[in-house]
Amino acid sequence: MQFKAMILDNAEVSPGYWRMRMTAPTEMLAAKPGQFVMVRVNPSIDPLIRRPFGVFDVGMHQPAYTGAVAQPYLEILYRVVGKGTGMLSDLHENDILDVLGPLGSGFDNGPAGEEKLIVGGGVGLAPLYLLAKELVKDSPVRLFAGGRTKDDVLCITEFERLGVECYTATEDGSLGECGLVTKVLEQRLDATENKGQIFACGPHGMLKAVAAIGAKRSVKTQVSLEGYMACGMGACLGCVCQGAEHSAENPDYRCVCTEGPVFEAAELKWEVA
Amino acid sequence: MKPDMSVEIGSLKLRNPVMTASGTFGYGEEFSQYVDLEKIGAFVTKGLSLKPRAGNPTPRIVETPGGMLNAIGLQNVGIDAFIQKKVPFLRSVNTPAIANFFGYTPDEYAELASRLDAIPEVAALEVNISCPNVKQGGIVFGTDPNCAASVVAACRAATKKTLIVKLSPNVTDIVEMAQACEGAGADALSVINTLTGMAIDLERRRPVLANVTGGLSGPAIKPIALRMVWQVARAVKIPVIGIGGIMSATDALEFILAGATAVQVGTASFVNPGAAQEIAEGMEQWLAEHGIADIKSLIGALEG
Repeated sequence: MQFKAMILDNAEVSPGYWRMRMTAPTEMLAAKPGQFVMVRVNPSIDPLIRRPFGVFDVGMHQPAYTGAVAQPYLEILYRVVGKGTGMLSDLHENDILDVLGPLGSGFDNGPAGEEKLIVGGGVGLAPLYLLAKELVKDSPVRLFAGGRTKDDVLCITEFERLGVECYTATEDGSLGECGLVTKVLEQRLDATENKGQIFACGPHGMLKAVAAIGAKRSVKTQVSLEGYMACGMGACLGCVCQGAEHSAENPDYRCVCTEGPVFEAAELKWEVA
Repeated sequence: MKPDMSVEIGSLKLRNPVMTASGTFGYGEEFSQYVDLEKIGAFVTKGLSLKPRAGNPTPRIVETPGGMLNAIGLQNVGIDAFIQKKVPFLRSVNTPAIANFFGYTPDEYAELASRLDAIPEVAALEVNISCPNVKQGGIVFGTDPNCAASVVAACRAATKKTLIVKLSPNVTDIVEMAQACEGAGADALSVINTLTGMAIDLERRRPVLANVTGGLSGPAIKPIALRMVWQVARAVKIPVIGIGGIMSATDALEFILAGATAVQVGTASFVNPGAAQEIAEGMEQWLAEHGIADIKSLIGALEG
């Protein structure tokens, strides 16, 4: 689906990280956790290519004035990393964006009642909030949020409001445990004797470590990947990742955009030559 | 009055001159949600080889000002899977599908041409002798007029269908290449493929693309493409299909004026999946507004 979205709010939630709410068609409310949207930052040719963003949240927006009608919204959480996201952060309420989505596969929620372990690194939390919102309906949910410093650990309050038990870790020790978030995850898995399943999104190094933990402990692990992509619909083949059995002789490239972005960690190759 | 938008490329009749470029439109099906395929002239499928091809490592694409570099490396399903999995969709669409293909030797090119010739759902063939991102094949045949002629002649002998040759801009004299292909039996020429380029990550002191270099596409290359279409169209008698940074109906009409009989929309479909249809509709509207009855009267109608 392609639609024009009007920005309702665009605010810096932590230094360098922004959260944007925009109007969306009703169909967007059916977006599955893990799906993403492709946003055209402006109608000019620079930047040319759309930017992919995980769906952070969807819901009904109630404008603050009397008699206003509630309307569906879409939220994205993004980090300013370059020209495109820099321009996005300069946009204001009432500005218009061109959006494609929801695109890609979503997470498989797994059985009700089972412990759900969500692991997010930095802006990797973006697609995990909507997931947590779904999972808390029928399962106990724990969030393991990591970042370099406390500024890279985002939106914890929002997760807590859902009833999610939150654990944090920072590399400089400025918030929560000092070290990597995977250490905290392993402590929990030790305590529960590897119960439940893992959902992760974040930098590649973190995902690789989480995939290894899941494999070693036989805990089902789903990861949401990022990829440089131009189209988001399986045509440019820019965003591919390698399947577990990939080799030069038997290539197994998978499109992050259409076959992912969510994959079972076990179906991917993590040791890339 | 509704303008006549139809054009002919060899024996191929198109309802309008707008096609989608190979490698930017999958096998058609991927875009069917966003484009009414029956509102465009034709679509060109992703470049095919005899065997499936893995393509290059990632990163494969990077944005540059007004364009993008890609080094996909011709990843494709191979002709057997194409026939099994992709052809059934082509049958369901009342718009010509053009199969783009490439080989590593003239014999391979000929074998592919002959196999594609046998598929009724393939309306025409586009020979890729211009991919800048693979070491053998592709560009080798696209930079030497004699090699190009030998590949085109081999394909010509293998098919009666309309044979289009896609030319590389990465040559000293594109006219010489165009004439060699025309002489070897090409029915039409697609001008141009991507321009070889490069992007560097300063902090890491490394090339951005795993393949180091890639093919530049998008609005950044339009002036070069226009110039090459204009040069080639004056030098050959067969139709030229203009390609390079077409984002709007205005861009497309400029290519027609420069001498193109049809155009291909490429990178624009990534940015706006409905681009090809919007461009076709915009061209028709422009003709109607200017009281032009037939698009063919604009081909090469550049003045001065």
